Amino acid sequence: MALDSKIPHGEMDKKWNDYKGHVKLVNPANKRKLEVIVVGTGLAGASAAASLGELGYKVKAFCFQDSPRRAHSIAAQGGINAAKNYQNDGDSVFRLFYDTVKGGDYRAREANVHRLAEVSTAIIDQCVAQGVPFAREYGGLLSNRSFGGTQVQRTFYAAGQTGQQLLLGAYSALERQVALGNVKMYTRHEMLDVVKIDDKARGIIARDLTTGKTEKHFGHAVLLCTGGYGNVFYLSTNAMGSNVTAAWKAHKKGAFFGNPCFTQIHPTCIPVSGDHQSKLTLMSESLRNDGRIWVPKQKGDNRNPKDIKEEERDYYLERRYPAFGNLVPRDVASRAAKERCDEGYGVGTTKMAVYLDYKDAIIRYGKIEASKQGNDHANQDEIIALGKDVVKEKYGNLFEMYEKITGENPYETPMRIYPAVHYTMGGLWVDYELQTTVKGLYALGEANFSDHGANRLGASALMQGLADGYFVIPYTIGNYLADEIHTANISTDHPAFVDAEKAVTDRLQKLKQINGKQTVESFHKRLGKIMWDKCGMARNEQGLKQAIQEIQDLKKEFWSDVRVPGDIEEMNLELDKAGRVADFIELGELMCVDALNRNESCGGHFREESQTEDGEAKRDDENCNYVAAWENKAEMGWELHKEMLQFEIVKPTQRSYK
Amino acid sequence: MEHYHMNLTLKVWRQKNSNVKGALETYQVKNISSEMSFLEMFDVLNEQLIVEGKEPIAFDHDCREGICGMCSMYINGQAHGPWQKNTTCQLHMRAFKDGDEIVVEPWRSTAFPVVKDLVVNRSSFDRIIQAGGFISVNTGNAVDANAIPIDKKDADDAFMAAACIGCGACVATCKNGSAMLFVGAKVSQLALLPQGAPERESRVLNMVAQMDKEGFGNCTNTYACEAECPKGISVANIARLNSEFLKAGLSTEEN
Repeated sequence: MALDSKIPHGEMDKKWNDYKGHVKLVNPANKRKLEVIVVGTGLAGASAAASLGELGYKVKAFCFQDSPRRAHSIAAQGGINAAKNYQNDGDSVFRLFYDTVKGGDYRAREANVHRLAEVSTAIIDQCVAQGVPFAREYGGLLSNRSFGGTQVQRTFYAAGQTGQQLLLGAYSALERQVALGNVKMYTRHEMLDVVKIDDKARGIIARDLTTGKTEKHFGHAVLLCTGGYGNVFYLSTNAMGSNVTAAWKAHKKGAFFGNPCFTQIHPTCIPVSGDHQSKLTLMSESLRNDGRIWVPKQKGDNRNPKDIKEEERDYYLERRYPAFGNLVPRDVASRAAKERCDEGYGVGTTKMAVYLDYKDAIIRYGKIEASKQGNDHANQDEIIALGKDVVKEKYGNLFEMYEKITGENPYETPMRIYPAVHYTMGGLWVDYELQTTVKGLYALGEANFSDHGANRLGASALMQGLADGYFVIPYTIGNYLADEIHTANISTDHPAFVDAEKAVTDRLQKLKQINGKQTVESFHKRLGKIMWDKCGMARNEQGLKQAIQEIQDLKKEFWSDVRVPGDIEEMNLELDKAGRVADFIELGELMCVDALNRNESCGGHFREESQTEDGEAKRDDENCNYVAAWENKAEMGWELHKEMLQFEIVKPTQRSYK
Repeated sequence: MEHYHMNLTLKVWRQKNSNVKGALETYQVKNISSEMSFLEMFDVLNEQLIVEGKEPIAFDHDCREGICGMCSMYINGQAHGPWQKNTTCQLHMRAFKDGDEIVVEPWRSTAFPVVKDLVVNRSSFDRIIQAGGFISVNTGNAVDANAIPIDKKDADDAFMAAACIGCGACVATCKNGSAMLFVGAKVSQLALLPQGAPERESRVLNMVAQMDKEGFGNCTNTYACEAECPKGISVANIARLNSEFLKAGLSTEEN
């Protein structure tokens, strides 16, 4: 099967407008007859379900949480990018497009990224109209800040809770459509399979997580907005329930998986404290705007950071990357932290941490405040007190969170941070219309692979989720559904539905009947360790080959020795988790297969065999300038299909932030 | 910060489903690190129960960073436990000491029926939002985001109200099971912003009507909700809700 990305012809900055001008439309009377299933209610899912409901389609939306408002988009802290150029600092659609392609280390599809940059401005307008309370200046206009990997201020934010405010905006739009009867909402429901009839997605099998009963749902099209799969690493910044199951079921039903090995390791997270750790917590990248990252110049220095003098500190990001300093992109910052810790310069009890220090920022802001108040002779204590107030206003909730978790006061002592798995750039392969390789099956937001290449820039995930849901899918889905107006609703008694449901219940029975000795959690932890050690921040051929073998063995052991307590037809959180971990194990193998295949370093994918003399990632544009789209061949493994990338505008160069 | 380990006695509410009665069961956990979160301590207990061939305790949780609002434990008589402005998932074991007995119950409220063990049904909150917790603006209808300047103070107050995570601690902690803080927060957010003005009256009337219909109790100004709210949502929002409700009622009568 040849991959057709369906990129419209014409000049880059005209493609989307031309597409919209020529795309097929569905008239309002026909929209009422067409049913669309939306799985997941994060930024992508909630915005898509609401927008499609507004257009008049009959929408069924599903989420596994008890309310759509809880999807993990809610945890995004820092902000959302948009090419508004409100700051008059030289931003434009082109610059946002350029930064995103470059930030993604030239492994994203240019046309998709350009569209993303184009619609970014409308997202901010839409959110403000919904009542999203973005930060504002005293004149009443919107405030912006800068984020890693860019030199302009284009990030809109709501304190450290931007994801929450954007999601609640989309959630309110969704609930409005529920009230109007345009969307039917299924909470505490999990999708366990896609139903295909005549090669088209025609519905899903879902399980009601309260009663444990399976259900069959028909749709003329199915949208997967189910987020990323970072929890394959066990420890990540994802929510405990975030999983790959819906995407994985789609993959097994014919949807290719794109660039599965592209994982973002976020540089500023609270370090692991012990074996009990169940998840990791991010400290927003916005902290790198004002905080300075350092380690002691002396190896194994156990002194209190306060006692380490200025000249004994190595501000290694400022030293290595003077142009961007602490604001280098995430992949670069993460690797630099790992390099220092691996060399023995790490801090804290585990020595797997670096300092993020606000001392200088507090003094800098304190001096500005004192000067504003006309107090030119403020003493050091007064300056520090004033500076702390400013820092509190900007980052107070993040500092509070750090203190709750660690018991340390970051106003007094530098924070300890270390990189952690955060986001997955890989996902279901989609064409320009966000359609997977299965007709009628779409993937939006983090669940698809398309816009971030090998590394996502900060504040771009929220932008992409909402772009896909509010402004892309409402147009592109019409192009498919216009030809479906004659398809009457298919009864869920159709053999395809009955068979799919039986396969789902058989698998649940099987999981339950193994009745082995080891818990689901213990398997998940072991998988996570293999992935982190061998397919984490650095990868090499030997490690990946070992990992593949270890994961295959783990899979056998799981299916012969896992213990799932309780019954199937009741609320059974262990059974829910068992199904997800079983899918993570299979995905883990594919991620290693993909990482092994990609014999270059790019973005978050660092192959040790492919680095420059000074340890930077070395791309191989001659041989690896493609999207790896993997077709599932069941017991035979996977077949690789390549989508060659064309760069018409942003010519690939070795990325430099020096 | 000094770390330590502790042994604890837990009394946890167990209830098979919404149709049967529940009861407190006693469990022992050993060697719990002060660095663990409260839910990680529950993970340890659940792993222990599974290995012993027993059913683990069902509890709601997801983000484990205090923002999704899913976790909901009533710990030693306090919603989300002993720390102020904190969710259950962010409570850490350094709040306890060796030998402590900890009683853990689900949210208790008529409008939040127990689903299983510590899991309750909070869909009444979604229905209140459906009744009016939104601004009716279809995708694509918006004007430029800077076309309407908003006083920074109003924007900040709207944000403070919008910080509600919808966990339901306010209801669980209120002796009347009132949802006034939750409803007040959303009504305030949208009333403070010019974008919310056109639906200001219908919104408050419809949301309050739905709140009453769901069986939430009345507010008698004890302020327990504010004290237990993990996001510090102010009772000033309840005052604003009352004022909005009165104004809307009067204006409706005039019509």
